Amino acid sequence: MSGIEIQKLTYYYPGSDKASLKNVSLKIPKGEFVGIIGANNSGKSTFCCALTGIVPHLYHGRIQGTIKLDGTDITNMGVGQVARNVGMVMQNPKNQLSGFHYTVFEEVAFGLENQGVKRDKIIEQVNRVLLMTGLQELAERSPYQLSGGQQQRLVFAAAIVSEPSVLVVDDPTTFLDPMGAKEVFNLLCRLNKQGVTIVIAEQRLELIAEYADRVIALENGKVVLDGIPCEVLVSPVLKKINLEWTRYTQVAVLAKEKGLWPEGRPLSASFFDTVQGMENK
Amino acid sequence: MNRKAFQVRTENLTFRYSEHIIAIKNISFDLSTGERVALVGHNGSGKSTLAKHFNGLLQPSAGKTWIQGIDSSCQSVSQLAKKTALLFQNPDDQICKQVVRDEVAFGPNNLGYPRQKIDLLVNKALSDFDLLPLQKMNPHDLGFSERKRVALASIVAMDTPVIVFDEPTAGFDSRETKLFVNALEDLKDGKKTVLIITHDMDFVAENITRILCLQEGEKVFDGNTRDFFSNTEMLAHCRLLPPQVVQLSTHFQQKRLAMTPEDFVGGF
Repeated sequence: MSGIEIQKLTYYYPGSDKASLKNVSLKIPKGEFVGIIGANNSGKSTFCCALTGIVPHLYHGRIQGTIKLDGTDITNMGVGQVARNVGMVMQNPKNQLSGFHYTVFEEVAFGLENQGVKRDKIIEQVNRVLLMTGLQELAERSPYQLSGGQQQRLVFAAAIVSEPSVLVVDDPTTFLDPMGAKEVFNLLCRLNKQGVTIVIAEQRLELIAEYADRVIALENGKVVLDGIPCEVLVSPVLKKINLEWTRYTQVAVLAKEKGLWPEGRPLSASFFDTVQGMENK
Repeated sequence: MNRKAFQVRTENLTFRYSEHIIAIKNISFDLSTGERVALVGHNGSGKSTLAKHFNGLLQPSAGKTWIQGIDSSCQSVSQLAKKTALLFQNPDDQICKQVVRDEVAFGPNNLGYPRQKIDLLVNKALSDFDLLPLQKMNPHDLGFSERKRVALASIVAMDTPVIVFDEPTAGFDSRETKLFVNALEDLKDGKKTVLIITHDMDFVAENITRILCLQEGEKVFDGNTRDFFSNTEMLAHCRLLPPQVVQLSTHFQQKRLAMTPEDFVGGF
Protein backbone atom coordinates (compact mmCIF):
# COMPACT_ATOMS: atom_id res chain seq x y z
CA MET A 1 0.00 0.00 0.00
CA SER A 2 1.18 3.54 -0.80
CA GLY A 3 1.11 5.63 2.36
CA ILE A 4 1.23 4.67 6.03
CA GLU A 5 -0.10 1.38 7.37
CA ILE A 6 -0.09 0.84 11.12
CA GLN A 7 -0.88 -2.57 12.57
CA LYS A 8 -1.51 -3.36 16.24
CA LEU A 9 0.85 -0.65 17.45
CA THR A 10 1.41 -0.68 21.21
CA TYR A 11 4.08 1.34 22.98
CA TYR A 12 5.34 1.66 26.57
CA TYR A 13 7.67 4.47 27.65
CA PRO A 14 10.74 3.23 29.59
CA GLY A 15 9.86 2.26 33.14
CA SER A 16 6.11 2.50 32.51
CA ASP A 17 3.75 -0.44 32.69
CA LYS A 18 0.95 1.63 31.15
CA ALA A 19 0.80 1.59 27.36
CA SER A 20 0.79 5.08 25.80
CA LEU A 21 -0.47 3.62 22.51
CA LYS A 22 -2.76 0.59 22.63
CA ASN A 23 -3.27 -1.71 19.70
CA VAL A 24 -3.59 1.10 17.14
CA SER A 25 -4.36 -0.11 13.63
CA LEU A 26 -5.11 2.27 10.78
CA LYS A 27 -4.16 3.22 7.25
CA ILE A 28 -3.32 6.70 6.00
CA PRO A 29 -3.30 6.79 2.19
CA LYS A 30 -0.63 8.90 0.50
CA GLY A 31 -1.71 12.52 0.18
CA GLU A 32 -4.26 12.50 3.02
CA PHE A 33 -4.53 15.41 5.49
CA VAL A 34 -5.21 13.82 8.87
CA GLY A 35 -5.95 15.63 12.11
CA ILE A 36 -5.14 13.84 15.35
CA ILE A 37 -7.17 15.14 18.28
CA GLY A 38 -7.43 14.23 21.93
CA ALA A 39 -6.98 15.67 25.40
CA ASN A 40 -3.44 16.07 26.71
CA ASN A 41 -1.82 12.72 27.54
CA SER A 42 -4.19 10.91 25.17
CA GLY A 43 -1.26 9.69 23.06
CA LYS A 44 -1.21 12.29 20.26
CA SER A 45 2.45 13.24 20.66
CA THR A 46 3.49 9.61 21.16
CA PHE A 47 1.65 8.70 17.96
CA CYS A 48 3.48 11.48 16.10
CA CYS A 49 6.81 10.35 17.55
CA ALA A 50 6.14 6.75 16.49
CA LEU A 51 5.61 7.86 12.88
CA THR A 52 9.03 9.53 12.87
CA GLY A 53 10.97 6.81 14.68
CA ILE A 54 11.62 9.02 17.72
CA VAL A 55 9.56 6.37 19.48
CA PRO A 56 11.21 3.98 20.19
CA HIS A 57 14.68 4.90 18.86
CA LEU A 58 15.30 8.06 20.90
CA TYR A 59 12.93 7.55 23.82
CA HIS A 60 13.51 3.77 23.90
CA GLY A 61 10.78 1.79 25.69
CA ARG A 62 8.91 -1.23 24.33
CA ILE A 63 7.11 -1.23 20.98
CA GLN A 64 4.92 -3.90 19.44
CA GLY A 65 3.27 -3.97 16.03
CA THR A 66 4.39 -2.40 12.77
CA ILE A 67 4.39 0.96 10.99
CA LYS A 68 4.86 0.62 7.26
CA LEU A 69 5.68 3.56 5.02
CA ASP A 70 5.05 2.72 1.37
CA GLY A 71 5.25 -0.96 2.34
CA THR A 72 8.52 -0.76 4.32
CA ASP A 73 8.45 -1.32 8.09
CA ILE A 74 10.03 1.76 9.68
CA THR A 75 9.88 0.59 13.31
CA ASN A 76 13.34 -0.95 12.97
CA MET A 77 14.87 1.95 11.03
CA GLY A 78 16.97 4.63 12.70
CA VAL A 79 15.59 8.16 13.13
CA GLY A 80 17.98 9.51 10.50
CA GLN A 81 16.79 7.00 7.93
CA VAL A 82 13.12 7.70 8.65
CA ALA A 83 13.80 11.46 8.49
CA ARG A 84 14.62 11.20 4.78
CA ASN A 85 10.93 10.56 4.15
CA VAL A 86 9.15 11.78 7.26
CA GLY A 87 9.60 15.33 8.57
CA MET A 88 8.45 16.38 12.01
CA VAL A 89 7.61 19.62 13.78
CA MET A 90 7.42 19.30 17.55
CA GLN A 91 5.17 21.29 19.86
CA ASN A 92 7.99 23.02 21.70
CA PRO A 93 10.48 24.53 19.24
CA LYS A 94 13.19 24.67 21.91
CA ASN A 95 13.22 20.86 21.93
CA GLN A 96 13.95 20.81 18.23
CA LEU A 97 16.55 23.55 17.72
CA SER A 98 20.00 22.03 17.28
CA GLY A 99 21.54 24.46 19.77
CA PHE A 100 24.78 24.89 17.87
CA HIS A 101 23.93 27.14 14.96
CA TYR A 102 24.46 30.86 15.02
CA THR A 103 21.86 31.85 12.46
CA VAL A 104 18.37 30.92 11.31
CA PHE A 105 19.80 30.12 7.87
CA GLU A 106 22.32 27.64 9.30
CA GLU A 107 19.67 25.99 11.45
CA VAL A 108 17.44 25.36 8.44
CA ALA A 109 20.41 24.10 6.39
CA PHE A 110 21.44 21.58 9.08
CA GLY A 111 19.27 18.67 7.90
CA LEU A 112 20.38 19.01 4.28
CA GLU A 113 24.04 19.22 5.33
CA ASN A 114 23.62 15.95 7.21
CA GLN A 115 22.13 14.37 4.12
CA GLY A 116 25.18 15.42 2.09
CA VAL A 117 23.28 17.75 -0.25
CA LYS A 118 25.47 20.00 -2.40
CA ARG A 119 26.09 23.57 -1.21
CA ASP A 120 24.31 25.34 -4.10
CA LYS A 121 21.25 23.17 -3.68
CA ILE A 122 21.24 23.78 0.09
CA ILE A 123 21.31 27.56 -0.41
CA GLU A 124 18.51 27.39 -2.96
CA GLN A 125 16.33 25.10 -0.81
CA VAL A 126 16.89 27.07 2.40
CA ASN A 127 16.07 30.38 0.76
CA ARG A 128 12.91 28.86 -0.70
CA VAL A 129 11.57 27.62 2.67
CA LEU A 130 12.61 30.81 4.49
CA LEU A 131 10.43 32.68 2.01
CA MET A 132 7.59 30.17 2.44
CA THR A 133 7.67 30.51 6.22
CA GLY A 134 8.15 34.29 6.28
CA LEU A 135 11.60 34.10 7.88
CA GLN A 136 13.71 35.55 5.10
CA GLU A 137 14.29 38.82 6.95
CA LEU A 138 15.42 36.93 10.05
CA ALA A 139 17.87 34.66 8.20
CA GLU A 140 20.95 36.14 9.90
CA ARG A 141 19.37 36.37 13.37
CA SER A 142 20.31 33.88 16.10
CA PRO A 143 17.55 31.27 16.62
CA TYR A 144 17.63 32.25 20.30
CA GLN A 145 16.86 35.90 19.56
CA LEU A 146 13.52 34.95 18.01
CA SER A 147 10.14 35.09 19.72
CA GLY A 148 8.38 31.79 20.52
CA GLY A 149 6.23 32.05 17.40
CA GLN A 150 9.18 32.84 15.18
CA GLN A 151 11.06 29.85 16.60
CA GLN A 152 8.10 27.66 15.75
CA ARG A 153 8.19 28.85 12.14
CA LEU A 154 11.94 28.15 12.14
CA VAL A 155 11.57 24.49 13.13
CA PHE A 156 8.80 24.22 10.55
CA ALA A 157 11.19 25.50 7.88
CA ALA A 158 13.85 23.00 9.03
CA ALA A 159 11.34 20.14 8.76
CA ILE A 160 10.16 20.88 5.24
CA VAL A 161 13.49 21.87 3.72
CA SER A 162 14.32 18.26 2.80
CA GLU A 163 10.97 17.80 1.02
CA PRO A 164 9.61 14.82 3.02
CA SER A 165 6.76 12.74 1.61
CA VAL A 166 5.09 12.72 5.04
CA LEU A 167 5.02 15.67 7.42
CA VAL A 168 4.12 14.96 11.04
CA VAL A 169 3.24 18.05 13.03
CA ASP A 170 2.63 18.04 16.78
CA ASP A 171 0.54 20.99 18.03
CA PRO A 172 2.42 23.50 15.88
CA THR A 173 0.19 26.49 16.61
CA THR A 174 0.63 26.50 20.39
CA PHE A 175 2.73 29.68 20.42
CA LEU A 176 1.51 31.28 17.20
CA ASP A 177 -0.69 34.32 16.79
CA PRO A 178 -4.05 33.52 15.14
CA MET A 179 -2.94 34.63 11.69
CA GLY A 180 0.30 32.67 12.11
CA ALA A 181 -1.71 29.56 12.99
CA LYS A 182 -3.82 30.03 9.89
CA GLU A 183 -0.69 30.53 7.80
CA VAL A 184 0.73 27.25 9.11
CA PHE A 185 -2.43 25.46 8.02
CA ASN A 186 -2.37 27.23 4.64
CA LEU A 187 1.22 26.13 4.22
CA LEU A 188 0.30 22.56 5.17
CA CYS A 189 -2.54 22.75 2.68
CA ARG A 190 -0.14 23.84 -0.08
CA LEU A 191 2.27 21.02 0.77
CA ASN A 192 -0.65 18.59 0.85
CA LYS A 193 -1.73 19.70 -2.63
CA GLN A 194 1.82 18.90 -3.80
CA GLY A 195 1.25 15.33 -2.58
CA VAL A 196 2.74 15.49 0.93
CA THR A 197 0.84 13.40 3.48
CA ILE A 198 0.03 15.56 6.50
CA VAL A 199 -0.52 14.16 9.98
CA ILE A 200 -1.17 16.90 12.50
CA ALA A 201 -1.97 16.77 16.21
CA GLU A 202 -3.83 19.97 17.03
CA GLN A 203 -5.88 21.48 19.84
CA ARG A 204 -7.63 24.16 17.71
CA LEU A 205 -10.46 22.04 16.39
CA GLU A 206 -11.87 24.84 14.23
CA LEU A 207 -8.70 24.65 12.13
CA ILE A 208 -8.98 20.86 11.86
CA ALA A 209 -12.63 21.31 10.79
CA GLU A 210 -11.56 23.68 8.04
CA TYR A 211 -8.52 21.89 6.66
CA ALA A 212 -8.42 18.15 7.42
CA ASP A 213 -9.78 15.35 5.21
CA ARG A 214 -10.04 13.03 8.18
CA VAL A 215 -9.96 13.22 11.97
CA ILE A 216 -8.73 10.56 14.39
CA ALA A 217 -9.54 11.01 18.08
CA LEU A 218 -7.39 9.32 20.71
CA GLU A 219 -8.12 8.61 24.34
CA ASN A 220 -5.67 6.80 26.63
CA GLY A 221 -3.68 5.68 23.61
CA LYS A 222 -6.67 4.15 21.80
CA VAL A 223 -8.48 5.31 18.68
CA VAL A 224 -12.02 6.22 19.76
CA LEU A 225 -13.24 8.09 16.66
CA ASP A 226 -12.05 8.00 13.07
CA GLY A 227 -13.91 9.69 10.24
CA ILE A 228 -14.60 12.85 8.30
CA PRO A 229 -14.36 16.14 10.28
CA CYS A 230 -18.04 17.08 10.05
CA GLU A 231 -18.95 13.80 11.78
CA VAL A 232 -16.12 13.35 14.28
CA LEU A 233 -16.00 16.96 15.49
CA VAL A 234 -19.70 17.13 16.39
CA SER A 235 -19.72 13.76 18.16
CA PRO A 236 -20.93 13.74 21.79
CA VAL A 237 -17.93 11.47 22.47
CA LEU A 238 -15.70 14.56 22.35
CA LYS A 239 -17.02 15.78 25.70
CA LYS A 240 -16.40 12.38 27.26
CA ILE A 241 -12.74 12.57 26.25
CA ASN A 242 -12.28 16.11 27.63
CA LEU A 243 -12.47 17.92 24.32
CA GLU A 244 -14.73 20.86 23.67
CA TRP A 245 -16.82 21.29 20.54
CA THR A 246 -15.85 24.27 18.40
CA ARG A 247 -17.90 27.40 19.14
CA TYR A 248 -19.50 26.82 15.74
CA THR A 249 -20.80 23.45 16.96
CA GLN A 250 -21.85 24.97 20.29
CA VAL A 251 -23.87 27.58 18.36
CA ALA A 252 -25.46 24.86 16.20
CA VAL A 253 -26.40 22.83 19.29
CA LEU A 254 -27.97 25.86 21.00
CA ALA A 255 -29.74 26.86 17.77
CA LYS A 256 -31.13 23.34 17.46
CA GLU A 257 -32.44 23.48 21.03
CA LYS A 258 -34.23 26.76 20.22
CA GLY A 259 -35.65 25.53 16.91
CA LEU A 260 -33.28 27.75 14.92
CA TRP A 261 -31.51 24.89 13.13
CA PRO A 262 -33.01 23.15 10.06
CA GLU A 263 -34.80 19.89 10.90
CA GLY A 264 -32.67 16.86 10.03
CA ARG A 265 -29.55 18.88 9.17
CA PRO A 266 -26.39 17.51 10.82
CA LEU A 267 -24.65 19.77 13.33
CA SER A 268 -21.69 21.74 12.01
CA ALA A 269 -18.13 22.26 13.20
CA SER A 270 -16.99 25.03 10.83
CA PHE A 271 -17.88 28.65 10.14
CA PHE A 272 -19.14 27.91 6.66
CA ASP A 273 -21.44 25.04 7.67
CA THR A 274 -22.84 26.92 10.67
CA VAL A 275 -23.61 29.97 8.53
CA GLN A 276 -25.35 27.73 5.99
CA GLY A 277 -27.37 26.04 8.73
CA MET A 278 -28.47 29.34 10.27
CA GLU A 279 -29.29 30.85 6.87
CA ASN A 280 -31.34 27.87 5.77
CA LYS A 281 -33.68 28.01 8.72
CA MET B 1 -3.42 61.27 38.37
CA ASN B 2 -2.07 59.75 41.56
CA ARG B 3 0.28 56.90 40.58
CA LYS B 4 -0.52 55.07 43.81
CA ALA B 5 -4.12 54.59 42.68
CA PHE B 6 -2.86 51.99 40.20
CA GLN B 7 -1.20 48.64 40.73
CA VAL B 8 0.73 49.04 37.50
CA ARG B 9 1.46 52.20 35.55
CA THR B 10 3.75 52.69 32.58
CA GLU B 11 4.60 56.10 31.13
CA ASN B 12 6.24 56.38 27.73
CA LEU B 13 7.93 53.03 28.24
CA THR B 14 10.53 52.21 25.60
CA PHE B 15 12.85 49.21 25.48
CA ARG B 16 15.69 48.51 23.07
CA TYR B 17 17.36 45.10 22.79
CA SER B 18 20.05 46.85 20.74
CA GLU B 19 20.48 50.13 18.91
CA HIS B 20 18.39 48.86 16.01
CA ILE B 21 15.95 46.51 17.73
CA ILE B 22 13.34 48.57 19.55
CA ALA B 23 10.90 46.11 21.11
CA ILE B 24 8.66 48.56 23.00
CA LYS B 25 7.90 52.06 21.86
CA ASN B 26 6.51 54.79 24.09
CA ILE B 27 3.83 52.75 25.83
CA SER B 28 1.60 54.22 28.55
CA PHE B 29 -1.26 52.52 30.41
CA ASP B 30 -2.57 51.78 33.89
CA LEU B 31 -3.90 48.66 35.58
CA SER B 32 -6.15 49.12 38.60
CA THR B 33 -6.58 46.87 41.62
CA GLY B 34 -8.58 43.74 40.74
CA GLU B 35 -8.55 44.45 37.00
CA ARG B 36 -8.25 41.56 34.51
CA VAL B 37 -6.81 42.68 31.18
CA ALA B 38 -5.70 40.82 28.05
CA LEU B 39 -2.49 41.86 26.29
CA VAL B 40 -2.70 40.75 22.67
CA GLY B 41 -0.74 41.26 19.47
CA HIS B 42 1.18 39.41 16.81
CA ASN B 43 4.24 37.24 17.53
CA GLY B 44 7.15 39.58 18.15
CA SER B 45 4.91 42.57 18.91
CA GLY B 46 6.61 43.13 22.26
CA LYS B 47 4.09 41.55 24.67
CA SER B 48 6.55 39.35 26.56
CA THR B 49 9.17 42.09 26.57
CA LEU B 50 6.65 44.47 28.11
CA ALA B 51 5.69 41.88 30.75
CA LYS B 52 9.30 41.46 31.85
CA HIS B 53 9.34 45.11 32.99
CA PHE B 54 6.77 44.40 35.67
CA ASN B 55 9.01 42.14 37.74
CA GLY B 56 12.27 43.88 36.91
CA LEU B 57 13.70 41.29 34.53
CA LEU B 58 14.05 44.18 32.10
CA GLN B 59 14.56 47.85 32.86
CA PRO B 60 13.21 50.53 30.50
CA SER B 61 15.55 52.14 27.99
CA ALA B 62 13.33 55.21 28.39
CA GLY B 63 10.15 56.01 30.27
CA LYS B 64 9.00 54.56 33.58
CA THR B 65 7.10 51.70 35.14
CA TRP B 66 5.54 51.98 38.57
CA ILE B 67 4.39 48.96 40.52
CA GLN B 68 2.15 49.88 43.45
CA GLY B 69 3.26 53.49 43.07
CA ILE B 70 7.00 52.78 43.26
CA ASP B 71 9.35 53.27 40.31
CA SER B 72 10.42 49.75 39.27
CA SER B 73 13.92 50.97 38.35
CA CYS B 74 14.49 51.78 42.05
CA GLN B 75 13.70 48.20 43.09
CA SER B 76 15.60 44.94 42.79
CA VAL B 77 14.11 41.87 41.11
CA SER B 78 13.66 40.27 44.54
CA GLN B 79 11.78 43.34 45.82
CA LEU B 80 9.54 43.34 42.75
CA ALA B 81 8.93 39.58 43.12
CA LYS B 82 6.89 40.38 46.23
CA LYS B 83 4.56 42.46 44.09
CA THR B 84 4.49 40.88 40.65
CA ALA B 85 4.60 37.21 39.65
CA LEU B 86 5.28 36.41 36.00
CA LEU B 87 4.40 33.14 34.28
CA PHE B 88 6.82 32.48 31.45
CA GLN B 89 5.44 31.39 28.12
CA ASN B 90 7.49 28.21 28.21
CA PRO B 91 7.34 26.29 31.53
CA ASP B 92 10.83 24.90 30.91
CA ASP B 93 12.21 28.44 31.32
CA GLN B 94 10.70 28.57 34.78
CA ILE B 95 10.82 25.15 36.43
CA CYS B 96 13.94 24.62 38.55
CA LYS B 97 13.12 22.02 41.22
CA GLN B 98 13.07 18.24 41.04
CA VAL B 99 9.71 17.71 42.76
CA VAL B 100 6.39 19.29 41.75
CA ARG B 101 5.46 20.28 45.31
CA ASP B 102 8.89 21.88 45.89
CA GLU B 103 8.52 23.81 42.63
CA VAL B 104 5.15 25.22 43.68
CA ALA B 105 6.57 26.07 47.14
CA PHE B 106 9.72 27.69 45.67
CA GLY B 107 8.20 31.16 45.17
CA PRO B 108 6.37 31.43 48.52
CA ASN B 109 9.49 30.12 50.32
CA ASN B 110 11.65 32.78 48.69
CA LEU B 111 9.14 35.45 49.62
CA GLY B 112 9.63 34.46 53.26
CA TYR B 113 6.03 33.60 54.06
CA PRO B 114 5.36 31.71 57.31
CA ARG B 115 5.30 27.91 56.98
CA GLN B 116 1.55 27.66 57.61
CA LYS B 117 0.77 30.20 54.89
CA ILE B 118 3.10 28.43 52.45
CA ASP B 119 1.35 25.11 53.06
CA LEU B 120 -2.07 26.69 52.52
CA LEU B 121 -1.04 28.45 49.32
CA VAL B 122 0.75 25.41 47.91
CA ASN B 123 -2.09 23.01 48.68
CA LYS B 124 -4.65 25.34 47.12
CA ALA B 125 -2.56 25.91 43.99
CA LEU B 126 -1.89 22.18 43.58
CA SER B 127 -5.59 21.48 44.00
CA ASP B 128 -6.70 24.30 41.65
CA PHE B 129 -4.54 22.96 38.83
CA ASP B 130 -5.28 19.29 39.54
CA LEU B 131 -1.70 18.57 40.53
CA LEU B 132 -2.24 16.84 43.87
CA PRO B 133 -1.83 13.37 42.29
CA LEU B 134 1.43 14.56 40.66
CA GLN B 135 2.89 16.51 43.59
CA LYS B 136 5.67 14.02 44.35
CA MET B 137 6.76 13.61 40.75
CA ASN B 138 9.70 15.22 39.00
CA PRO B 139 8.23 18.02 36.82
CA HIS B 140 10.69 17.12 34.08
CA ASP B 141 9.02 13.70 33.77
CA LEU B 142 5.64 15.32 33.04
CA GLY B 143 4.07 16.25 29.72
CA PHE B 144 4.14 19.83 28.39
CA SER B 145 0.67 20.82 29.61
CA GLU B 146 1.31 19.25 33.03
CA ARG B 147 4.55 21.22 33.33
CA LYS B 148 2.60 24.29 32.30
CA ARG B 149 0.11 23.64 35.10
CA VAL B 150 3.02 23.28 37.53
CA ALA B 151 4.37 26.64 36.37
CA LEU B 152 0.91 28.23 36.71
CA ALA B 153 0.42 26.81 40.21
CA SER B 154 3.87 28.12 41.20
CA ILE B 155 2.95 31.62 40.12
CA VAL B 156 -0.49 31.66 41.72
CA ALA B 157 0.98 30.29 44.99
CA MET B 158 3.18 33.40 45.27
CA ASP B 159 0.04 35.33 46.21
CA THR B 160 1.33 38.60 44.78
CA PRO B 161 -1.02 41.55 44.17
CA VAL B 162 -0.08 41.66 40.46
CA ILE B 163 0.13 38.55 38.26
CA VAL B 164 1.20 38.44 34.62
CA PHE B 165 0.43 35.25 32.71
CA ASP B 166 2.27 34.83 29.41
CA GLU B 167 0.19 32.49 27.23
CA PRO B 168 -1.35 30.57 30.15
CA THR B 169 -3.67 28.39 28.05
CA ALA B 170 -1.33 27.61 25.13
CA GLY B 171 -1.20 23.83 24.73
CA PHE B 172 -4.11 23.24 27.11
CA ASP B 173 -7.10 21.05 26.37
CA SER B 174 -10.57 22.25 27.36
CA ARG B 175 -10.44 20.71 30.84
CA GLU B 176 -7.17 22.46 31.63
CA THR B 177 -8.42 25.76 30.23
CA LYS B 178 -11.42 25.48 32.56
CA LEU B 179 -9.08 24.94 35.53
CA PHE B 180 -7.36 28.21 34.61
CA VAL B 181 -10.65 30.07 34.15
CA ASN B 182 -11.78 28.88 37.60
CA ALA B 183 -8.47 30.00 39.10
CA LEU B 184 -9.00 33.43 37.51
CA GLU B 185 -12.31 33.77 39.35
CA ASP B 186 -10.55 33.11 42.65
CA LEU B 187 -7.92 35.72 41.77
CA LYS B 188 -10.72 38.19 41.03
CA ASP B 189 -12.25 37.48 44.43
CA GLY B 190 -8.81 38.10 45.92
CA LYS B 191 -8.64 41.53 44.15
CA LYS B 192 -5.53 40.50 42.23
CA THR B 193 -4.56 42.58 39.22
CA VAL B 194 -4.14 40.16 36.33
CA LEU B 195 -2.58 40.76 32.92
CA ILE B 196 -2.96 37.86 30.48
CA ILE B 197 -0.87 37.64 27.33
CA THR B 198 -2.71 35.39 24.93
CA HIS B 199 -3.41 34.45 21.33
CA ASP B 200 -6.62 32.64 22.28
CA MET B 201 -9.25 35.07 21.05
CA ASP B 202 -12.17 32.78 22.03
CA PHE B 203 -10.86 32.78 25.60
CA VAL B 204 -10.55 36.58 25.52
CA ALA B 205 -14.08 37.09 24.19
CA GLU B 206 -15.56 34.93 26.93
CA ASN B 207 -13.46 35.98 29.91
CA ILE B 208 -11.98 39.45 29.47
CA THR B 209 -13.56 42.91 29.23
CA ARG B 210 -10.50 45.11 28.57
CA ILE B 211 -7.86 44.58 25.91
CA LEU B 212 -4.47 46.14 25.31
CA CYS B 213 -3.11 45.47 21.85
CA LEU B 214 0.46 45.92 20.65
CA GLN B 215 1.69 46.10 17.13
CA GLU B 216 5.38 46.32 16.28
CA GLY B 217 6.05 47.42 19.86
CA GLU B 218 3.44 50.18 19.88
CA LYS B 219 0.14 50.27 21.74
CA VAL B 220 -2.60 50.45 19.12
CA PHE B 221 -5.65 49.73 21.27
CA ASP B 222 -6.67 50.01 24.92
CA GLY B 223 -10.34 49.52 25.59
CA ASN B 224 -13.43 47.39 25.64
CA THR B 225 -13.29 43.83 24.27
CA ARG B 226 -16.45 44.26 22.17
CA ASP B 227 -15.09 47.46 20.56
CA PHE B 228 -11.81 45.70 19.86
CA PHE B 229 -13.42 42.79 18.05
CA SER B 230 -15.69 45.16 16.08
CA ASN B 231 -12.63 46.61 14.38
CA THR B 232 -11.85 43.90 11.83
CA GLU B 233 -9.38 46.11 9.97
CA MET B 234 -7.25 46.63 13.06
CA LEU B 235 -7.45 42.93 13.94
CA ALA B 236 -6.09 42.00 10.54
CA HIS B 237 -3.37 44.64 10.85
CA CYS B 238 -2.32 43.05 14.15
CA ARG B 239 -2.40 39.50 12.69
CA LEU B 240 -5.34 38.56 14.89
CA LEU B 241 -8.56 36.88 13.89
CA PRO B 242 -11.96 37.52 15.45
CA PRO B 243 -13.21 34.79 17.82
CA GLN B 244 -15.45 32.15 16.24
CA VAL B 245 -18.66 33.60 17.70
CA VAL B 246 -17.69 37.14 16.69
CA GLN B 247 -17.18 35.92 13.11
CA LEU B 248 -20.72 34.54 13.09
CA SER B 249 -22.16 37.63 14.75
CA THR B 250 -20.39 39.90 12.25
CA HIS B 251 -21.57 37.80 9.33
CA PHE B 252 -25.20 38.08 10.45
CA GLN B 253 -24.74 41.79 11.24
CA GLN B 254 -26.10 41.44 14.76
CA LYS B 255 -26.77 44.81 16.41
CA ARG B 256 -24.83 43.88 19.51
CA LEU B 257 -21.70 41.88 18.71
CA ALA B 258 -21.98 38.48 20.40
CA MET B 259 -19.08 37.23 22.52
CA THR B 260 -20.41 33.78 23.48
CA PRO B 261 -22.52 31.09 21.73
CA GLU B 262 -25.37 31.93 24.14
CA ASP B 263 -25.12 35.65 23.21
CA PHE B 264 -25.21 34.81 19.53
CA VAL B 265 -28.16 32.44 19.57
CA GLY B 266 -30.02 34.66 22.06
CA GLY B 267 -29.66 37.63 19.71
CA PHE B 268 -30.49 35.74 16.53
